[in-house]
Amino acid sequence: MLNDWLYVGLFFVVAAALPGIAIFLAGVLGPKKPNSLKNSIYECGIETVGETWVQFKAQYYIFALVFLIFDVETVFLFPWAVAFNILPLFAVLEGVLFILILLGGLIYAWRKGALEWV
Amino acid sequence: METTIWTDPIRVIADWLTQLLVGWGLPAGLVFFIINLLGVAVLATGAMLFVLFLIWYERKIVGRIQDRLGPNRIGPFGIFQSIADMLKIFTKEYITPLGADKVPYNLAPIMAVGGVLLIWAVIPFADRVYGVDLNVGVLYIIAVGAIGTLAIIMAGWSSNNKYALLGAFRSVALLISYEVPMVMALLVPVILSGSLGMNDIVRSQAIWYLFVAPIPALIFFLTSMAEVGRSPFDLIEAESEIVSGFNIEYSGLKFGMFYVAEFLHAFTISLLFATLFMGGWRGPGAEQFPLLGLIYFVIKTFFVYFVVILFRGSLPRFRTDQMMDLNWKILTPLALVSIMVIAVVEKALAGSSLVVRSASLLLANLVVALVALQFLRSSGKSQRELAESAGAQVVDTVSTREHTSI
Amino acid sequence: MTPVQLIFILAAAVVLGAAVMVVSSEKMLHSAFWLIVSLFGVAVLFVLLQAGFFAVIQVVVYIGAIAILVIFAVMLTRRVMDESGPQLTRWWWLGALAALGVYGILVVVLRSWAGFTTPIAEIPAGGQDIVRLLGIALISPNGYVLPFEVASILLLAALVGSIFIAWEKR
Repeated sequence: MLNDWLYVGLFFVVAAALPGIAIFLAGVLGPKKPNSLKNSIYECGIETVGETWVQFKAQYYIFALVFLIFDVETVFLFPWAVAFNILPLFAVLEGVLFILILLGGLIYAWRKGALEWV
Repeated sequence: METTIWTDPIRVIADWLTQLLVGWGLPAGLVFFIINLLGVAVLATGAMLFVLFLIWYERKIVGRIQDRLGPNRIGPFGIFQSIADMLKIFTKEYITPLGADKVPYNLAPIMAVGGVLLIWAVIPFADRVYGVDLNVGVLYIIAVGAIGTLAIIMAGWSSNNKYALLGAFRSVALLISYEVPMVMALLVPVILSGSLGMNDIVRSQAIWYLFVAPIPALIFFLTSMAEVGRSPFDLIEAESEIVSGFNIEYSGLKFGMFYVAEFLHAFTISLLFATLFMGGWRGPGAEQFPLLGLIYFVIKTFFVYFVVILFRGSLPRFRTDQMMDLNWKILTPLALVSIMVIAVVEKALAGSSLVVRSASLLLANLVVALVALQFLRSSGKSQRELAESAGAQVVDTVSTREHTSI
Repeated sequence: MTPVQLIFILAAAVVLGAAVMVVSSEKMLHSAFWLIVSLFGVAVLFVLLQAGFFAVIQVVVYIGAIAILVIFAVMLTRRVMDESGPQLTRWWWLGALAALGVYGILVVVLRSWAGFTTPIAEIPAGGQDIVRLLGIALISPNGYVLPFEVASILLLAALVGSIFIAWEKR
């Protein structure tokens, strides 16, 4: 099994090297004429107004949180799904109970209005 | 079944190369390493060169949908257009914005392309032709999707541009939201085949999972189109809106890499859909001759890719709040409910034959779809009544004001 | 030195080096990025222990969800763009001494452990897939079914609690 992962590791290296080499090649081939106007930050063709950082809504954080909870839920569900064929009906109902509890959580978040994009 | 180059091409080529290299005197471990490296390099380079063909294919079809010809100047039918574009973009200047964070700025396009290329390692192109048959193939695909998401954050933040940052955060919020129903829809082929390995899932599709579980297939199709950022979900890089989003400060081949990553990702999700839900390389005679399996696979994938391009060419763009509503309030509960229904039905009929099980699963899916449509229709009706009563109040005030002004 | 040992040393160096960079980076977002590198090294270590399932779960949950959550949280603070300056305090040599002392104690205690010379054994799977065995263990009544269900209630509590704390009603 480690041989499989060796292939994956090599693929990581090659998949990073291929675009890297292409970008480096294009950097060598292209012109290099920086001037301060070209390098300035783009803001619809005018000078930048205010500092670069803006206040973000807390809504983004709540989406990331709900996503995290459901991600961990699917982590629990994957072994259950793999062993599905040899489990009795009782075990399947346990998994269904798991999903129902989290469906309840989703409905709570929905009713609270936490899933609105304001 | 004897092992010729027609029945087991990768094993035959690998054995021949091993003999050659060991004959030159290299140690066996190094030879193994070199053969793996060669396989990886062939697959990765092939995937990247294939993108040139994909870009031409898409431009032609989108052109035809829009009642025009598409590229037709360079080469017969404009085939060499992509090569001309590639040569042009190779010679453009890299304009790095002032104050950009150098390392994440340069790493982001590489990670974006790398994250898509890595998926090609586990896809079974034919029965004995694949990169590696990981026993956790499905989860591996989700894992490398996370790398693409990180690339967008890095691109947006390191550009030192508030529009890039806003665009990047909106796209990442969309991408992670759409990952939830996608992962749940991926649970269904795993349940039905009992394994996380991609080749096992293909092998156990005597009847295509598209016909056995159409709702999870539809959910996977829609959510992976949203993950790629394709129309109608392409607010991520809407040129007319958030000033082109996170890749605004990129020029030259770095921008080209984001472009390549998007096209390759769109083709890769067609590959995944064909593998997981349409039986992959299965077809008459495919177990014996991998070449036939490859042909079936390519036909199925191009069919799905054609549907993806059709979606892009015909539908207008969604708003962000519409997309989030679609994801959290429709797709996620639908995915959860369909998993439960499929699990219970599949287990309740565990002893019956394949046809009985498949037919009842299909029936259960149709029932869930009808119930969901009923919910949507009633909620749409109540929303319309709400809007109409609010609109009627506005009309009343306007008409009274008209009377008094006269 | 076998290739496995070499990869282990590289991965361990990456994990430790990135962890040091997390606490000593001057920009907050750089700390988040170094955290991602460190978690990736841990995933490689999982692969070396032949726990491929946990390696991908590490990437999916830790890098794909928790690291993104951390980055969002960092962006919500006000001073993310500022340089915090060098992160060393005046008594840093005392901290380094304490760390070296702990390392010395660990080396002395573990020197007689027999596990260092036994090779990594194959997990006794009896020919079955490891993930399938994990699934059976999670569900069977003499297995871990009660923690499995309690985990779902824990996730529900986390969801409800975090929405209650973070969401401000308009």
